[in-house]
Amino acid sequence: MFETILTVSLLILAISTLAFVYRVVKGPTTPDRVIALDAIGINLIGMTGIISILLDTDAFLSVILLLGVLAFIGTVAFSKFLEKGEIIENDRDQ
Amino acid sequence: MTEISKIIIGYLILQGAFLSIVAAVGLIRLPDPYTRNHAASKSATLGTISVLLGVFLFFWIIDGQINSRVLLGIIFVFMTAPVAGHLIGRAAYNTGVPLWERSIQDDLKKAREREKSRG
Repeated sequence: MFETILTVSLLILAISTLAFVYRVVKGPTTPDRVIALDAIGINLIGMTGIISILLDTDAFLSVILLLGVLAFIGTVAFSKFLEKGEIIENDRDQ
Repeated sequence: MTEISKIIIGYLILQGAFLSIVAAVGLIRLPDPYTRNHAASKSATLGTISVLLGVFLFFWIIDGQINSRVLLGIIFVFMTAPVAGHLIGRAAYNTGVPLWERSIQDDLKKAREREKSRG
């Protein structure tokens, strides 16, 4: 019963990731795609947690933290690129 | 004890999956990037936090080890996902993505025009 619930939740998360992929492919503007990619990253965190319960190991729990950091940094870098045209500013004369 | 905690953990994980599919439906059906951002950044974040809380309780009660990495992951997702949503919404507004055509009020635009006229 417990494993059935976990498998069903994994399936639901996979379906919602598919919906996010639809928004990445279709999305009319660039911020739409960035939002959907960020949501995919956050969904992957939950899927990693459920899989590590199903396999009954705690070896994948660092991946959760790593994926959270990477999704945040990617989104921040992309929004800064959209807003200012560059990510790391080099000029000091302003 | 173990069966009750399994029920609670299963409920938490199922709730997280439900919130995630709510975010997916919102991302498909809502009309403009701001409302989509509203759906995705809140609902998907709470869903993932719920799933991670289930994972933490599973490893605590059934395996008998307190896993601080999952706790750190919960705190990190809770702190950074709204910030990422705010940044991408601001970038969308500043690059001139239009609001939905049936939106009524745009206070930021008025404030920008006032600043511009003041010099």
